[in-house]
Order: sequence, then C-alpha cells, then structure tokens
Amino acid sequence: MTAVKLMSASLRSIFRNKMRSFLTSLGIIIGVASVIVMVAVGSGSQAQIKAQISSMGTNLLMVMPPRGPREANRMTMADVEKIKAEASYISAISGSVTLNSSKVVGGSGYWSTSVNGVEPDYLTIKQRSVASGDFFTEKDEEARSKVAVIGATVAAKLFAGQDPIGQTVRIETTPFTIIGVLAKKGSTGMGQDQDDVVMVPLQTAVNRLMKDRQIGTIEMSVVREDLMAQAQAEVTAILRESHKLADGVDADFDVMNQSEIIATASETSATLTSLLAAIAGVSLIVGGIGIMNIMLVSVTERTREIGIRMSVGARRRDILLQFLSESVILSLLGGLIGILLALGLAYALTNFFSIPALVSPVVIAASAGFAAAVGIFFGFYPARKAANLYPIEALRFE
Amino acid sequence: MAIIELRGIKRHYTVGDIVVKAIRGLDLDVETGEFVSIMGPSGSGKSTLMNTLGCLDKPTEGRYVLDGIDTSTAGPDEFADIRNEKIGFVFQGFNLLSRTSALENVELPLFYDRSGFKGNPKELAKAALEGVGLGGRLDHKPNQLSGGQQQRVAIARAMVKDPAFILADEPTGNLDTEMTLEIMILFQELNARGKTIVMVTHEPEVAAYTKRVITMRDGAIVSDAPVTERRSAALDLAAWKEEHALLAEKGVAS
Ligand SMILES: Nc1ncnc2c1ncn2[C@@H]1O[C@H](COP(=O)(O)OP(=O)(O)OP(=O)(O)O)[C@@H](O)[C@H]1O
Ligand SMILES: [Mg+2]
Repeated sequence: MTAVKLMSASLRSIFRNKMRSFLTSLGIIIGVASVIVMVAVGSGSQAQIKAQISSMGTNLLMVMPPRGPREANRMTMADVEKIKAEASYISAISGSVTLNSSKVVGGSGYWSTSVNGVEPDYLTIKQRSVASGDFFTEKDEEARSKVAVIGATVAAKLFAGQDPIGQTVRIETTPFTIIGVLAKKGSTGMGQDQDDVVMVPLQTAVNRLMKDRQIGTIEMSVVREDLMAQAQAEVTAILRESHKLADGVDADFDVMNQSEIIATASETSATLTSLLAAIAGVSLIVGGIGIMNIMLVSVTERTREIGIRMSVGARRRDILLQFLSESVILSLLGGLIGILLALGLAYALTNFFSIPALVSPVVIAASAGFAAAVGIFFGFYPARKAANLYPIEALRFE
Repeated sequence: MAIIELRGIKRHYTVGDIVVKAIRGLDLDVETGEFVSIMGPSGSGKSTLMNTLGCLDKPTEGRYVLDGIDTSTAGPDEFADIRNEKIGFVFQGFNLLSRTSALENVELPLFYDRSGFKGNPKELAKAALEGVGLGGRLDHKPNQLSGGQQQRVAIARAMVKDPAFILADEPTGNLDTEMTLEIMILFQELNARGKTIVMVTHEPEVAAYTKRVITMRDGAIVSDAPVTERRSAALDLAAWKEEHALLAEKGVAS
C-alpha cells in the first residue's frame, strides 16, 4: 500500500465525518493559533520597545541608581559637573530629575503630569525639538528661572485652542512662565506618552521643587558609537572617584549604554512572552489528548470496519498506519487552520487594535511540527489498539 | 486436487474455567469446482469451521492445507495475505463498509493487494459489480440498497480478486425468498464457471441448490452426502414469479 493511497483513504475517512473531525482538531487549532499569536504579540512589543528606545537618542549613555540590593547613593550636581569637566568622549550631557504626577495648574484647569528638570543639552541627547517658542538656556539654569517648556499633550489639556506661550502655570505652588511647546513624539514602547511632560531647568527643579538637592539620572551622548565602551569606562571611573569608592567596592550607581537599556527593557517582555507561549503550549498537549480520546472512541466505533478490512486482507500494519495517518492528518489540518487563524488574528491585532504582532516563520514551522508530533504521539496508542484486534472478534462486534 | 484439506482439526474456546470444544477432531476434503453446503443445529460449530477455512482463526490443533499451502506455520501477516489472495467471504450480515459506495467496497480487497497486480482497481470493481447485475448502482451506499443488492455487492467484493474459493456463512439468512433465489442463481453461475463454494445454511431448500451436503453436530461431521436431486435456482425463481403473478391476478379478481 503506497503512501498516496493511505493518505487518500485517511482523507476520505476524515471527510466522511466532517463535524467530528473538526471538533477533534479544535484543540490543536486553538493550541497552534494561541502559541503563534502569543509569540507574535510578544516579539511585536519587543520590537516596538527596541525601536522606541533607539529613537530616544543616538549613542545614549545613562547613569542610573543601581539595580538590585546595592546601596544607592544618588548623584548630585557635583557628579554632573565633574563629568562635564573631565570626560573626553561626551558630546552632550544633562542631569535629570523627574517628579511623577505633579499637579500643574493653569489655562483651563489643572493636569497631573510628570515634571522633568533637565539641562539644555537634554533636547539634543533625546533628539527632541521645540515646535514653537524656545527651550531654556544656560542662562536660565544659572538664574534658576521659573520657565517651562510643555509637551503637546499638556498643551492640549490646559490650553486647547490658545497659544500657551507667555501663559503662566503653577507647578505645585511655584508659578512658571511657558516659553515653548515640544514637538510631538508619541508614546514609548511601554505605553508611556512622551508628550505628557513639562520640562523646567534642572537647577530650578532641584532648588525650588525638590526637597533634597540630588538628581535622578545623568544622560549623555557619546561622540561616536565605537567609543561607547571607552566612554562608559571613563564615566564609571570619574564617578567612582567622585563617590570616593575604594577598589573592589560595588558601585552605588549603574552606567548603562543604549543596548543595555534595550536589553533590560526587553528582558521583562521576553520572560512574559515565553510564559504565555508555555501556557499556549499546554493547550496543544490538551488538544493532543482530545485527539487520542476521539481516536479511541473511533476505534471502538469502527471495530466492525476494522474486522471487514482484515477479512479482505489488511495486515495489522495497514490498520496501524491507517489510524496513525488519520490522527496525524487531523493534527496537521488542525495545525494548518490554526496557522491561518493566527495570521488573521495577528493582522487584526496589528491593524485594528494597534497591538503590534510579529508572526515569525520559525514559530509557524515549529508549531506545525509540534502538531504533527502530537498526532503521532497521541495517535499511536489508539492505532495500535485497532491493529491488535483479532479478526473474528472485530467482525462479530455489534 | 483438493483445494481444502483438513486433518484432525480441533478448536477449543476457554471461557473462564470452562473449555468449549467447538470443533472436536474434524477431517474434510473439498475439490476444486465443488459446491458444498454445511448444515447442522445452532452451536454445532459451522461458523467456527468457516472461520478456520477462511484463515480468520487458527485451530487449536490439526493441519489445514489450502490450495497447496500448509497454514499451520503461518503468522498473522501470512493469514492476511491468504485472505486477500485466496478467499472470498460472504457473510450473513453483508459486512459492507457503511457510508462507502458499492464501487469502493468492491475495490477494498484490491486496496490491500500485495501481489503486485497491475490492473485498474476501478475497472475491475466495476466489472465485478456488473457481473452481479449492479452495473447501475456503482455509487450507491449500502443504506441505499436492498438486502439482496447489498449481498450481491458483497459477492462482487468476494469475486473481485478471483479467489481460489468462496466462503459464505448463511448468506441468505437475512433475505426473503426472491432475494435468496437471486443469490443462489449467482452462486450456481459462479460454480458453473468452476468456482469452488462452501456455504453454511439452515434451510434444506437452499442446500438443494448445492452439490454436496455436510451435516455437523457437536463439532463433528455426522453426514456427508452428494445432492441427488439438485435444483436450479433460475428455474425456481421463474416458477416463483409465475405463481406470484397468478396470486396477484386472483387477488384483483376477487
Ligand atoms: N469466541 C468464542 N468464545 C467461546 N465460545 C465460543 C466462541 N465462538 C463460538 N463459541 C462456541 O462454540 C460453539 C460453536 O459455535 P458456532 O458459532 O461455530 O456455531 P454455529 O454452528 O455457527 O451456530 P449458528 O447456527 O447459531 O450460527 C458454540 O457452543 C459457541 O458457544
Ligand atoms: Mg454460525
């Protein structure tokens, strides 16, 4: 008996029982579709995070409070000044503080947003620009001027239909004059609106808005991408000296370059993706058990058919292969429908729900292969049971 | 040459502690071209004997030589090959694949052919169905056919590989008089063309269409005699139809 004959016989038998066949492969359909969609959504959001972080600036280097259980000595303006004075690979530098959910009052009411104290270089480092008005200057820093540049979202919330420039807003209790509006940037990969922000001079923020005089992060641009490692080492050395750290003592800060920031951000999302894929994978196994269940029922139901086939000369191997190929074809058809379903879902998510889904051919191939393996694994026991039937008993079966 | 040669065949079934001796030491020879009927009360071992002859079951003891092949050393695969090559089965319950066309049912033995035959299975199956008068019913499913027609499909299936002999276990058991006669006409035609047939029946009238009657009791042969007044199923069917036509006329007249 050739493979072609076997396939056509199995297909005929599958299509003779369309409804049952469909229900049998439903588990596989759902399993394969969810694995592919889960992984697609995961890698889609990872890609988006990467794109967003890359768009944050070029050759970005950042000093942050340390991660993990190390003692955190936050940075001061002295650290920023020391880097400015000593570092040789840095083209732009800005200390930065962030006051999350600050109350900003002005124009048509109030708005809760994050207030960012930064230095003039910040715009260059983050590759942002001003849409109207001006950004603050070194003079504003020195004078601790009460001037602010607002993001497009804040402008829309507080000054809809008006020109915000020249208007006054109060941040907490301090009045600020708006001197500029930032150009739109959109949201980050993590869903944070980069236009929902108010920027003020760092010195003003540190001295007038904050209780302590420490700063949160230091952001820098390195002159050339290939000098990133040198710049990182140099900044680390400068800060260790500034913090008076003896050799061998853990640093109380982290210097991270752009690719490290990307890695940190995608780590979480990658973990989540594999967790979701694993859960979806379990549903594939459940689908396989469903196939085994139906195949066992099918063997019992078709005992007489098996007897008839044996009486006209089917060998045990023929019966085994028939049932095995039926379950493999069922799983593969289920896998195929699952793949098509996943492609449709991924398309819909990307285009109608703006959830980016990246379907990878590797995942498609892997889940198709897994579906076939499930068919063989869970189809074998029922098939062997069918093949080992004794002809006269199978024929006599009611 | 004897196409079937049984020597000292025994078949014992063990059910719990009880051993049922379905066949207890049986010798039998059937020559090519014979038409044998096996009769006997229920439980006398007729079906058990047929299963043995058909290589569906292995005897507990004894030797069975089929068309020159000694089956005592054969395994399940050889048994499957013998069933495919040498034997055509016709059962009381027809045993056709449901939801499968007559043509596909008749093709089934060719599907499992391992002898390397080269013909076109569809053409062969079609010819076999035409041979039993069902040329116009190729695509009918069993549930679209009468009992007699289903049994004729089964006979076409039994004949499609031109086996050494046909085994029929109560082939007319589920059929009325007219259908029974039609089946017996087919068997007599096949036998006239040289096909060996062994058939189990409960009805002496049916046995009268064969050439030799074997009677069994308690797992052994108690009589074995040629049929002296052999009847023609074709003539009997003609007579039966005439009689029915008369009866119908009378019914209309009164
Ligand atoms: N699988 C089995 N297990 C146990 N006993 C069996 C089995 N098959 C048949 N027998 C017994 O063997 C004996 C012969 O059975 P068999 O079916 O050959 O009779 P039969 O002559 O064909 O009867 P019938 O005319 O009713 O078909 C019976 O006593 C039956 O109970
Ligand atoms: Mg019987």
